[in-house]
Amino acid sequence: MAYNWNWGVFLQPTATGDDSTYLGWMFYGLKMTIGLSLSAWVIALLLGAVVGVLRTVPNRWLAGIATAYVEVFRNIPLLVQLFLWYFVMPELLPEKLGNAFKQTNPIVQQFLSSMVCLALFTSARVAEQVRSGINSLPPGQKNAGLALGFTLPQTYRHVMLPMAVRLIVPPLTSEFLNIFKNSAVCSTIGLLELAAQGRQLVDYTAQPYESFIAVTVAYLLLNVVVMFGMRWVEAHVRVPGYIGGK
Amino acid sequence: MLKHSLRGAFVAAFVASLLSAPVMAQELTGTLKKIKDTGAISLGHRESSIPFSYYDDKQQVIGYSHELMLKVVDAIKAELKLAKLDVRLLPVTSANRITLVQNGSVDLECGSTTNNTERQKQVGFSNSIFVIGTRLMTKTDSGIKDFPDLAGKNVVTTAGTTSERLLRKMNEEKQMKMNIISAKDHGESFLTLETGRAVAFMMDDALLYGEMAKAKRASDWVVVGTPQSYEAYGCMLRKDDPAFKKVVDNALAKVMTSGEAEKIYAKWFLQPIPPKGLNLNFPLSTAVQNIYKSPNDKAFD
Repeated sequence: MAYNWNWGVFLQPTATGDDSTYLGWMFYGLKMTIGLSLSAWVIALLLGAVVGVLRTVPNRWLAGIATAYVEVFRNIPLLVQLFLWYFVMPELLPEKLGNAFKQTNPIVQQFLSSMVCLALFTSARVAEQVRSGINSLPPGQKNAGLALGFTLPQTYRHVMLPMAVRLIVPPLTSEFLNIFKNSAVCSTIGLLELAAQGRQLVDYTAQPYESFIAVTVAYLLLNVVVMFGMRWVEAHVRVPGYIGGK
Repeated sequence: MLKHSLRGAFVAAFVASLLSAPVMAQELTGTLKKIKDTGAISLGHRESSIPFSYYDDKQQVIGYSHELMLKVVDAIKAELKLAKLDVRLLPVTSANRITLVQNGSVDLECGSTTNNTERQKQVGFSNSIFVIGTRLMTKTDSGIKDFPDLAGKNVVTTAGTTSERLLRKMNEEKQMKMNIISAKDHGESFLTLETGRAVAFMMDDALLYGEMAKAKRASDWVVVGTPQSYEAYGCMLRKDDPAFKKVVDNALAKVMTSGEAEKIYAKWFLQPIPPKGLNLNFPLSTAVQNIYKSPNDKAFD
């Protein structure tokens, strides 16, 4: 194949004269990906924990609402959800509010839409992990808590959740890795994260292979770091006597 | 028995090669050889570059560039003396088109691809098929008349285009404090403009007229501003394949100098076109007239 390799392209100043190199663009994209994924992950963990608990409570209404939430956010493709948040949501808001949002800095609009979209999508998946964690506990634990005179919320708080959360660390690792990879979808609304910067590099330098290889390596490194971090967490919160515990 | 038939085959092949030698004076190489060997050519096209290369309401590829590309295919078929040539169509995007040409998935791509010196390092370009100017589309009552009016405003352009590059450069050089939105295709750029996220959409003028023709009310929109650059569209082919390029160039030159190209132009830019039967009303510019008169493959930058 007739291809001109040119790895030096990353050190060239960009064609837009913004005092940056193409490598600088990649780092900007990497920072955006990390910032977006981490902020969405924090929201997803909190929301997912609440919804996951609600799915297991005896109150049928609360459990029903939580189930509906999970099914809605889990079953609509991520890309469609993103377009709904970015393109449709501002039109549904009262006109004044919608226009105010649309006039703000586009990077803020894109970041907020992406963050909310990723957070809610992932929270539905986290909720399922939390639910399965709680359901995997022997029923005796809940009954023991109640028999000791704890109220139901107290039983969740002091007996079931501390156990369940420690059990679901391995599947949560997968979700945490997924949120970084899913964040690439946000390039479709113009957010300049890692994947988008890779594509920009192709457009500006006509060196597609160098760009895509760099993006691939960056995602890989990012996920390796996350994986080792989560391994460490896993090793420290293992429940003795359970699978993988000492 | 076997020996005899083998020898027979050799003799037959020898005689055949003698007979065909004067016809095929030169050994075929590169893309022409590939087309001859496989009896098929793979064409790259766009999905929404109105009116250059796009899908009509029956999902058929149509457009100005596509029609020129089919003329080239006819010429290739005649050149190689093929009774039958399979035409494979492959949709490409601005992000993947160069790679697909390089790795052999696409032999020829005629859409709305600008011929520039950076791209020439990776791919070859045929004779130019169109010349555009990069301008602005805005609402009729927006008060935007030219590029300086955009200072401090939200402006949209399509990712991966020369307009994006020019706009970012202008923003840096003139400290205009524009917020630039890069949408993923022309349709999405126009949506961004239509929903009020941006006050103007910078793009190739012909494509702006194309988007205007799709709008709910075309009269709400107007194309304004001094062109920031002129760009030549060409068909993309693999680099360093002079034999193939010559066939493509000659075919295009013939269409252009014979007056046929002008008729094709009129069909796509001055008459109602699918899918909505709208007329772009985009008059033939002197720049385009010039390439029709003297076909060439020069880039503008």
